[in-house]
Amino acid sequence: MLRRLILPAFALAFAPPAAGDSGDVTDFMLPNGMQVVVIEDHRAPAVTSMVWYRVGAADEPPGKSGIAHFLEHLMFKGTERLAAGEFSATVEAQGGTDNAFTSWDYTAYHQRLAADRLDLVLGMEADRMVNLRLTEEEVASERLVILEERSQRTDSDPGALFSEQRRAVQYFNHPYGIPIIGWRHEMEGLTREDALAFYRQHYAPNNAILVVAGDVTPGGVRDLAERHFGPIPPAPDLPPRVRPTEPPQIAERRVVMTDPRVAQPYLIRTYLAPQRDAQTQEKAAALTYLAELLGGSATTSALARALQFDAQVAVWSSAFYDGQSLDAGTFGVAVAPVPGVSLEAAEAAMDEVIARFLAEGPDPEAFERIKAQLRASEVYGMDNIAARARRYGTALTTGLTVQDVQDWPAILQAVTPEDVMAAAAEVFDRRRAVTGWLSRDGAGG
Amino acid sequence: MAMMRAFLLLLLTALPLRAEIAIQQVTSPAGVRAWLVQDPSIPFVAVELRFRGGTSLDAPGKRGAVNLMTALIEEGAGELDAQGFAVARDGLAASFRFDSNRDSVSVSARMLTENRDQAVALLAQALAAPRFDADAVDRVRGQVLAGIASSDKDPGDLADRAFDRLAWGDDHPYGSPGSGTADSVAALTRDDILAAHGAALARDRVYVGAVGDITPEDLGAVIDTLLAGLPETGAPVPPRAEFRLSGGVTVEPFPVPQSTVRFGHEGMKRDDPDFFAAFLINEMLGGGRFSARLMTEVREKRGLTYGIGTWLAPMDLGETVMGQFASDNARVAEAIEVVRAEWQRLAEEGVPEADLEAAKTFQTGNYPLRFDGNANIARILVGMQMQDLPIDYVQNRNAYIEAVTVEDIRRVASRLLRADDLHFVVVGQPEGLGPAN
Repeated sequence: MLRRLILPAFALAFAPPAAGDSGDVTDFMLPNGMQVVVIEDHRAPAVTSMVWYRVGAADEPPGKSGIAHFLEHLMFKGTERLAAGEFSATVEAQGGTDNAFTSWDYTAYHQRLAADRLDLVLGMEADRMVNLRLTEEEVASERLVILEERSQRTDSDPGALFSEQRRAVQYFNHPYGIPIIGWRHEMEGLTREDALAFYRQHYAPNNAILVVAGDVTPGGVRDLAERHFGPIPPAPDLPPRVRPTEPPQIAERRVVMTDPRVAQPYLIRTYLAPQRDAQTQEKAAALTYLAELLGGSATTSALARALQFDAQVAVWSSAFYDGQSLDAGTFGVAVAPVPGVSLEAAEAAMDEVIARFLAEGPDPEAFERIKAQLRASEVYGMDNIAARARRYGTALTTGLTVQDVQDWPAILQAVTPEDVMAAAAEVFDRRRAVTGWLSRDGAGG
Repeated sequence: MAMMRAFLLLLLTALPLRAEIAIQQVTSPAGVRAWLVQDPSIPFVAVELRFRGGTSLDAPGKRGAVNLMTALIEEGAGELDAQGFAVARDGLAASFRFDSNRDSVSVSARMLTENRDQAVALLAQALAAPRFDADAVDRVRGQVLAGIASSDKDPGDLADRAFDRLAWGDDHPYGSPGSGTADSVAALTRDDILAAHGAALARDRVYVGAVGDITPEDLGAVIDTLLAGLPETGAPVPPRAEFRLSGGVTVEPFPVPQSTVRFGHEGMKRDDPDFFAAFLINEMLGGGRFSARLMTEVREKRGLTYGIGTWLAPMDLGETVMGQFASDNARVAEAIEVVRAEWQRLAEEGVPEADLEAAKTFQTGNYPLRFDGNANIARILVGMQMQDLPIDYVQNRNAYIEAVTVEDIRRVASRLLRADDLHFVVVGQPEGLGPAN
């Protein structure tokens, strides 16, 4: 029962590398600045429809953490035409499902239903883009819901609290340091006026992207998009997406957290890392390989082999990187030690693996295997229509273009071991890293 | 107003979408039956194998053996050790997943058309000749133990375990987690794991589904290769479990600000003639829609939870109606009262015609949307076979839903939903609930 949810950052970070696309993708722009992407897949008479807004938790005013996600919940209340809850009820009455999610860089609303009902949901999405109506009672009750959501997903889970604390330390100045759900004390103060101000500032066709994937044609989608979204005027004063930037990070940080609920201690280190940028994705592609080589496979990656096979140091280990963010993201490594091995010893062993990798470079056979797997992920990826839609939405709200998405598989295939080593030498800078220990007692117990 | 009229028009003309998948039955040369949806549009195939029995086949005193065995299938086979096996699999860009639950062990494979024969040979070796090397056993045992330790600290897992223990008792496998306890897993030997392999992976209990780029003839050969090395028979499935829990509240104290709740009582068998009425009752009470009654009453109106849901669990050896939610310690008692009241109201009053129609429209419209992606469809094909449904079930299922009347709902609701029998397991520090009553 995960509804209207926050994208878990950890899961995102471990998501498999994106697959590519063939010639079944069309994109165009409405005169009011709304971008439209159509992905054709005629295997089943169904459609996934998503409206993405280029706004997320990193665009919130100071002191209002959680407002982007709170507004996402409130978007299911009424408009001039629809009563509260009627949006979802109408989709459900068609046999469809709907939901939404919020991240730092985007907020998205999506439905899945029979392809011939697309007209209906686009009409309702266009309606709530500009006609949201909120009562004080609705806002008060929904505020309790998001506080329960925070209790359930963050406060009840030491790993989630740990992640929140580490993130706050990773960014000195950039708002990626605040949690999407919000800090509890700020969530408690979020008001109807806060939500409506955020809505009026950011929800407009020239700040939105429609992604439709399934049994549709580009012409059909264009007609519907023009009819429903076309009449909405663009926002004249859309704020530029310029967030406070990071100063030079010159001091390594450590976060030591203890919690009696921790069963398995672990350590995670995240390094500030470059993101995929329009026409500049090569470094991110190299970092994608680096994560795979170091910690992608639970058996054959460098960390797994050294810490779980050659020596019995770790129960599990991992390396992760997700280049899809508007501003700088992170590259991470993590180790959970076996009983009897301290976090200090596990960290030393992990650093030894990294040092050896930097000295020796990747195993050529492992490199080729990863290359083949990335190529195959394009084939497997074609099977998941919702994931294809998400890939475009994520890219277009994090500064990439349709062309960048389609170039990505070839850029991945062009990466060389030398590219990986250059990226590794750059990213492994402890002055830009946060190392966190999570345990019951601070040492590894 | 023009838009509003358009909505109404569509609502009136909404017709259920047909699930347009063609399922064929394939019998392999060696006589194993499988269901296939052939679709060459993407050059790979998803194959799902499921062996009935699962962790319920653990021998007495060997709790966790089937789970550990399943986790070890990919840790070396034939000439290949764990490293060698992973290198071979990744070099083919194939994906094999092995999983166990209380009713089955499942194998989910994705294989590219270009190297399918090699991938099949590798998977066949893993199924028939897993090595269970001592170092692999110790390493994976450590991972299982870490998982058990994490479950010991996870409110949701604690609630599930407490409910199962109270409901099914310590003397039936349904009463304890299939992963075992720290003690039982620590004591498992290689012989125990070999015995679990022979007990759980046998040809007399296998179900097969395949979807994607493969012909019926090729699938027959693939099945025979995959199952060639497995024994004809495995261990007998244990007897039915007896549901022993009566109404009430059990509190498991745990230091968290929010209480996690599992609740339920005995349910209905999948082959009960009233199953479709029960299915729709659950849909209206706590199914997947935002407009379900519990979601409306507990979340939307009162803000008592982030999410609440219920489900029917017709398992092989017992049945329940279950639900779950989490609510802050100060407010969980109120949420429990709302759940009880809604349970009672539906049992006593049934539902208005309009509610039933909305649930039917959702279910009949949503059913075809489940057939989404090769691996998903392969899982559905196997599930249908394990429930002994006919191969044309997909075509007729919506007619069964449509046939349910408000009278059926009223009659079945009074039998299915028994508010006094509801038992709530609450993990947290709830206010206003005794430690046990």
